[in-house]
Amino acid sequence: MNRDTTAETLLEARDLHTWFELRQWGFLRAGHVRAVDGVNFALRRGEAVAFVGESGCGKSSLARTLLGLHRPTRGEVVFEGGHLEALDKRGLKTYRARVGYVQQDPYGALPPFMDVGRILSEPLIIHGVRDRETRQARVRAALEEVRLTPAESYLSKFPHQLSGGQQQRVVIARALVLEPSMIIADEPVSMLDASVRVEILRLLRNIQVERGLTLAFITHDLSTVRHFAERIFVMYGGRIVEQAEVNELLDHPQHPYTQALLAAIPDPDPDNADREHAVPGGEPPSLANPPPGCRFHPRCPEAMAGLCDRDEPPDFEPRPVHLSACWLHR
Amino acid sequence: MTQPALLRVENLRLAYRTGRGVVRAVDGVDFDLRRGEALVLLGESGCGKSSLAKALLRLLPRNVQAHEGRVWLDDTDILALPEERFRRDVQWLRISMVMQAAMNALNPVVRVGEQVAEPLMVHRGWSRAKAMERAAEVFALVGVSTDFLGRYPFELSGGMRQRVVLAMSLVTEPDLVILDEPTSALDVLTQAGIMNVLKRIKRELNTSFILITHDVSTSSEIADRVALMYAGQIVELADARHFFTEPAHPYSQMLMASVPRLHQPDPPQHIPGQPPDLLDPPAGCRYAPRCPKRFGRCDEMPDSITVGERHHVRCWLHGAGP
Repeated sequence: MNRDTTAETLLEARDLHTWFELRQWGFLRAGHVRAVDGVNFALRRGEAVAFVGESGCGKSSLARTLLGLHRPTRGEVVFEGGHLEALDKRGLKTYRARVGYVQQDPYGALPPFMDVGRILSEPLIIHGVRDRETRQARVRAALEEVRLTPAESYLSKFPHQLSGGQQQRVVIARALVLEPSMIIADEPVSMLDASVRVEILRLLRNIQVERGLTLAFITHDLSTVRHFAERIFVMYGGRIVEQAEVNELLDHPQHPYTQALLAAIPDPDPDNADREHAVPGGEPPSLANPPPGCRFHPRCPEAMAGLCDRDEPPDFEPRPVHLSACWLHR
Repeated sequence: MTQPALLRVENLRLAYRTGRGVVRAVDGVDFDLRRGEALVLLGESGCGKSSLAKALLRLLPRNVQAHEGRVWLDDTDILALPEERFRRDVQWLRISMVMQAAMNALNPVVRVGEQVAEPLMVHRGWSRAKAMERAAEVFALVGVSTDFLGRYPFELSGGMRQRVVLAMSLVTEPDLVILDEPTSALDVLTQAGIMNVLKRIKRELNTSFILITHDVSTSSEIADRVALMYAGQIVELADARHFFTEPAHPYSQMLMASVPRLHQPDPPQHIPGQPPDLLDPPAGCRYAPRCPKRFGRCDEMPDSITVGERHHVRCWLHGAGP
């Protein structure tokens, strides 16, 4: 496990907010959806982290903000010491070569009328690799890295001729071909079959370790993160509510939301049929109109009236290097 | 234990004509289901589990090349019934189904209460008032406040819509409810909530369930019996306890090892290779090309071999000589 806290910071998010404007009748301002609402973290070079949360918690908006696809409303993203907001068009282009993106739906992410060779050459062409042979060599190397071998037999294939797992490998190869220092993978396996999921996750993890990449997984699936990430950030209502090293967090969850989430995940066990889950009532908060105080308080079994419904909890450190934004730890 | 089966499926086959040839989506499936029992049809995408459900309910697309076998519901072969009688007497009244992503198929301009009441008015000829009363009862059963009866689908969250769809399938008190991936599009907590509802219904009513899923962990939540499908066939059919603790088929064993577990120190294992092309499946055991335990005999199609009480495996490792 990578516990080296002195390792160099690659990417930092400071007080990051990404809000989307809501309009009524197409022109009246009707407030904001606060998809990312005050997020702070620092990712070290060469570590694998997971952002975990349910749909609508802001995790994909966070990923897209880190990729420079959304402009933060407030706060900043600092990558290798440079501010993302300060980049001009050319600077952003270079940035995107440094940060690879693995999308959720591989079939949707691949252009249907391009063959694999073309799909993988395209980023090289855009980023000015003029020499055809260099391009071909790099495409081939990327295919080999994602274990699509022999590479020749895949170059002329179209996405629909590949299985879901193979498509996702092509997406990963495309993210790697520009030799990025970081990869953001948004639910990279949620569209794939169970037996293929493990294979793809292991592939990503191996490449990450071999290349010393920083890897940020966005996922809703806590059961896989133990083996494929080193740190976890749990998101709820646009915020990070808990963060710690992976085993620490899974074995000693501190935030009531994380505890509920973990309790809801079944391991395959015939005794499950006789047990009911303790599920907090209600629904995740509307990001357009989040509740005051702690965003989980309307559903929290341990909510304290007069505190949790009024004041936003700061990050506490109930255990060493383990942060949880909950008033219970005060 | 000699309780008669509610549903008995014998040698069910379903094949589709496609531009590239005939796809045998369901290829000789046998199983039975007792009253009040929950069977999970488990399998990866393309294994034929949804086709099997459609074959049971006779909801077939136009390119069907063959649809054969017997499906006994009590003493009636429902595949042999004239189409019209099947629709009138069996669909909804005896067997109902929740399709995959059904929660997104609710009529957006009709209040959800009426949509739930509708099968009673159509199939039972009930008055609107009586049907609405019953709809309110079923809403309570699936854990939706009766205040929601007058709401439209867009006013409900995904979890609530899924419960409404579930209510719709239960409103006629059918003997059997078929659920196709009822929780796969939902979040972890919502999913857990729906599973709680299903468990409660199963305890309180004497309804049988067939639940189709690709998710091993979810299947363990409700299964009394598990049928694992691979390439159009059931490769293992067993009581849940046997299946989850000592699976007999090599594919079952490898699938169980591929499941990530929250509190397991060992990483999950993947299954090398890919399922066969159903246009041209291997002549022998369909899992043989991926199976680490294959031997000479696997070139022959294995029979469904009985290895214990109500426990059948399609694998020569468990077979006596011919």
